[in-house]
This record gives sequence, structure tokens and C-alpha cells, in this order.
Amino acid sequence: MEPIVLNYQVDGEDFSTAGEASSAVKKALKQLGFSPDVIRRVAIAMYEGEINMVIHADGGEATAEISQEEIRIILADRGPGIKDIDLAMQEGYSTAPEEVRNLGFGAGMGLPNIKKYSDELKIESTPGVGTTLRILIRT
Amino acid sequence: MMNVHDLAAACGFTYYNGETLNGGAVGGAYCCDLLSWVIGRAGDGDALVTVMSNPNVIAVAVMADLPCVILSEGVKPDDKAMEKAKDNDVIVLSSPWTTYETAVKINGVLKAAGDRE
Ligand SMILES: Nc1ncnc2c1ncn2[C@@H]1O[C@H](COP(=O)(O)OP(=O)(O)OP(=O)(O)O)[C@@H](O)[C@H]1O
Ligand SMILES: [Mg+2]
Repeated sequence: MEPIVLNYQVDGEDFSTAGEASSAVKKALKQLGFSPDVIRRVAIAMYEGEINMVIHADGGEATAEISQEEIRIILADRGPGIKDIDLAMQEGYSTAPEEVRNLGFGAGMGLPNIKKYSDELKIESTPGVGTTLRILIRT
Repeated sequence: MMNVHDLAAACGFTYYNGETLNGGAVGGAYCCDLLSWVIGRAGDGDALVTVMSNPNVIAVAVMADLPCVILSEGVKPDDKAMEKAKDNDVIVLSSPWTTYETAVKINGVLKAAGDRE
């Protein structure tokens, strides 16, 4: 199978539609016949990253590179960046504002979830410039 | 494990969405209102019991492959949540009881079904 690349702009305005890129990738993986376990792990990791871009970075760009052996998810934004990545990776750490917490986010579990469900997670972030997450899931 | 429609009938839950959908199997429940906890911890076949009624709850159920969302305390889904549930074929049930009572009911019904097998 030739690698397939899917690319999405993630809108930072609207919480109610957040997750559309992850949803589309999930559907594509289903059509391509990947196992339910792989699809679930990709969907969860990508959704957490996508919702983070909406909540913390006013949106960004999501890319999925799909091949037989592995799926790479790249989430790039031009948001405020993460000053202390080790701290951000800790369960329970969150800077989510009140109105976002009222929607059920802000438990500080998103990045730990991505780590848990992926085979590799790389975070590059520069304060004031933006954040890029690279997620690898082997099939 | 029990089909979600059989569970709904046995527990006395009513439908906001998905009465005619093919239901998946429920083997337990995960009770939480914090969505990243649900994503990280809800197991395969867990029904999600929550009082959160926004569309993100539906998105989480889709991403984590949960068989249904049960809104406890008689909470109603908002319009956008309903729309998302319809678009994504998510079964959304209503329970008039508290989250705790809802979970106890689910446990009782699943146990009784397991004992019969
Ligand atoms: N794309 C991003 N841009 C800027 N900051 C981010 C980004 N992603 C995460 N962060 C920072 O890392 C923290 C931890 O992220 P994490 O996803 O683990 O938790 P959360 O989003 O705050 O809550 P939850 O994911 O449980 O709803 C965030 O609160 C935020 O400070
Ligand atoms: Mg998060």
C-alpha cells in the first residue's frame, strides 16, 4: 500500500465541532481495514492532540500519514507553546481556563493519554512560536 | 456482556438517540464527567455514565468506541450534542437516577444476565 497522507485545518473557535479531523481519520482507517485496536489508539491519541490545539492554541494543522506498518500523526500549531514539557506531561497538570473545565476538559490527562496509547510521542515547542506533536502508532 | 438495547430496557433507561441503531455489547460502566479520564480509562464495552451533555461527550464516545452514553440525573443533551449523536450513530440514553444509582442498576442487570448464562 502506498502511504496515504490526510491533512486538515483545525478550527480554534468552535468547541462543539472539535474532533472532526480525528473523526475523519478514524473513518479512513476503518475503510482501509485496520484493526479496531489500532483505530482506537489512533483516534484517542489524535483527538487529545486535536482538542489541545483547539483549547490551548487557537487551532492548527493536523496531518495523518498512513502506511501498512505505522501511522504517524503530526499536530502543528502557532499557539503560545509549552514552557515546561515535562511538567505538561504530568497527570493532573493543566492550565485550561474555567469555561473549558466546565465542558469536561482540563483534567490534565490529555498528554499522558497520548503517551499511553502511542508507541512514540515527540513534542517540540517554543514559547511564543508554537507546538508540534509527532505521534507514532505501529499497526 | 449484554446488548445495549436489552440493557436499556432492563434498567428502564429511555432514548434520546439511537433506538433503531444496531447496539454494541455492554460489559460494564465508566462513571466520570472529566473527558480525558473517560478517554484514558474507560474500558472496552463500558457504557459512559455522565451528567455532561455537550457535543464533546459524544465525540469522546466515538473516539473511544464506547457502546453508549447514559445521561444520569435526567440531564438532557444540548442541541449540538443531539446533532453530533445523530451524525455519528451514537446511542444516547436517559436515566432519571443519580450516577451512582445508575451504575448500581447496570451492575445488577449485567450480573443477573451473567448468572442466567
Ligand atoms: N498545543 C498546545 N499548546 C500550548 N499548550 C499546550 C498544548 N497542549 C498542551 N498544552 C499545555 O499542557 C497542559 C497539559 O495538557 P493535557 O492535554 O495533558 O491537559 P489539559 O488539556 O489541560 O486537560 P485534559 O486534556 O485532561 O482535558 C495544558 O494544560 C497546557 O498548559
Ligand atoms: Mg488536553
